[in-house]
Amino acid sequence: MGTEELVRLEDVWVHYDSVPVLEGINLTIKSNDFLGIIGPNGGGKTTLLKVILGLIKPSRGKVTVMGQPPEKGRRFIGYISQFNLFDRDFPISVFDVVLMGRYSQTGLLRRYTEEDKMAATEALKAVEMLDYKDRQIGRLSGGEQQRVFIARALATNPKLLLLDEPTASIDPDMQAEFYELLDRLKEKMAIVLVSHDISAVSIYVSEIACLNHQLFYHGSKEVSAEELEKSYHCPIQLIAHGTVPHRVLKEH
Amino acid sequence: MPTVLQYEFMQHALAAGLLAAIACGIVGVYVVVKKVVFISGGIAHASFGGIGLGFLLGINPVLGAMVFTVASALGIGLVTRRTRLPEDTAIGILWAMGMALGIIFIGLAPGYAPDLFSYLFGNILTVPTSDLMLMLILDGVIITLVLLFYKEFLLLSFDEEFSTVAGVPTERLYLLLLCLVALTVVVLIRVVGIILVIALLTIPAALARQLTHDLKKMMGLAILAGAVFTLGGLWLSYLLDLASGATIILVSGTALFASFGIARLRRNRAREYGQPTNIS
Repeated sequence: MGTEELVRLEDVWVHYDSVPVLEGINLTIKSNDFLGIIGPNGGGKTTLLKVILGLIKPSRGKVTVMGQPPEKGRRFIGYISQFNLFDRDFPISVFDVVLMGRYSQTGLLRRYTEEDKMAATEALKAVEMLDYKDRQIGRLSGGEQQRVFIARALATNPKLLLLDEPTASIDPDMQAEFYELLDRLKEKMAIVLVSHDISAVSIYVSEIACLNHQLFYHGSKEVSAEELEKSYHCPIQLIAHGTVPHRVLKEH
Repeated sequence: MPTVLQYEFMQHALAAGLLAAIACGIVGVYVVVKKVVFISGGIAHASFGGIGLGFLLGINPVLGAMVFTVASALGIGLVTRRTRLPEDTAIGILWAMGMALGIIFIGLAPGYAPDLFSYLFGNILTVPTSDLMLMLILDGVIITLVLLFYKEFLLLSFDEEFSTVAGVPTERLYLLLLCLVALTVVVLIRVVGIILVIALLTIPAALARQLTHDLKKMMGLAILAGAVFTLGGLWLSYLLDLASGATIILVSGTALFASFGIARLRRNRAREYGQPTNIS
């Protein structure tokens, strides 16, 4: 299986009101990557994802997705936002939420086809949520809702999955299950997840990068806390709410 | 049936009530689930500028309102999206500016505007045939556009960020949705008036929302509720000799609060008997 380059960022800068949020980011994401981006809150993690998705225009630098500008290439990306923003009472069923993932294949003025419905069903099966397909979305637990949003992203048939703080709304005891799901998915697509929770992320991902306005790409995740802090200027104590147990980083 | 139904004005009133229920049932659902109640209030009040323009130009004020309201919907939409003014500030400003323009236009118009009051508070008993025709056409336009863009409006209402990433022309469709609100306001002006429009845009949809979590069913139920409210309010206002628009609103509001009360009673009773609550 060849590795294809999916995303490339070259010297990307983003400013909010002339305050730099991202400073000179260089990053490539390949088709077999499973990358965890960690960093403190306010370090620009969500901004970075939105730049890749073309939702935020960089003030400097170049972004390509599948060799195209992000507005065109983003249909190959399944995006799972920090989803505590949506309205839990919204009158919509689980199945209809997942069907939205098919929009990029269907387009304006066309109805969802049987094929779209099959794809949505398959996606719900993949996250083991098919039994809940007629449930109103708000009447699920945080972890179950998260699975539905992953199913929606999968229904787009993505080459890359972007997850923003995916474990924020999941009970701690459900997190292992969630990462096992990602573990299964990584065979089929690249995955990038951002989180401020280094301990959970580092067990499962293949590579870690630190983002605090600048990006420090470590390649391997086999780096100690001291190393992160010294050579890469990452304020680990901010990220992990205390010292990071080395065991977690070294294990696996 | 009572003989009052033989009068042409009463037949017109019934038709106007039903046409209003259709528009507010469909578009009201979006207003409620997308949470654009305040911006819709702004659009409704700004339409007063169009009424004034109609008087000034000597055309049908409702026709004037239609053009002006769609323009102000686009204006409010673009200002809230593209400028750095906080959304509610922008809405408040344009809300008042639209009304101020209306007053200036009416002041400039020759003579005076005898039926101004009925545009502000509605008078379902004086809807002329020409306005009924306009309402019918606007209902047709609203239904067609919602049928065409149902999928997109659902995505847009539920999750704007995802809909942009998925390739929905989000801003344009948002503006189109605001134009639908504008057209609905025009349909409702004759029935409940500019000031009271917002109640019919929200109450039937809010009531329907308690009964279903399917957007299409919610529209159907909201239309039904709107029809019951407008016709019930009309009947009550006739019986008690009260202002029709205000009666319709008070009937609607009372029904909504009653439904909240019933839902609560049912929940309590379910709890007493140890049954699982079910309020879907």
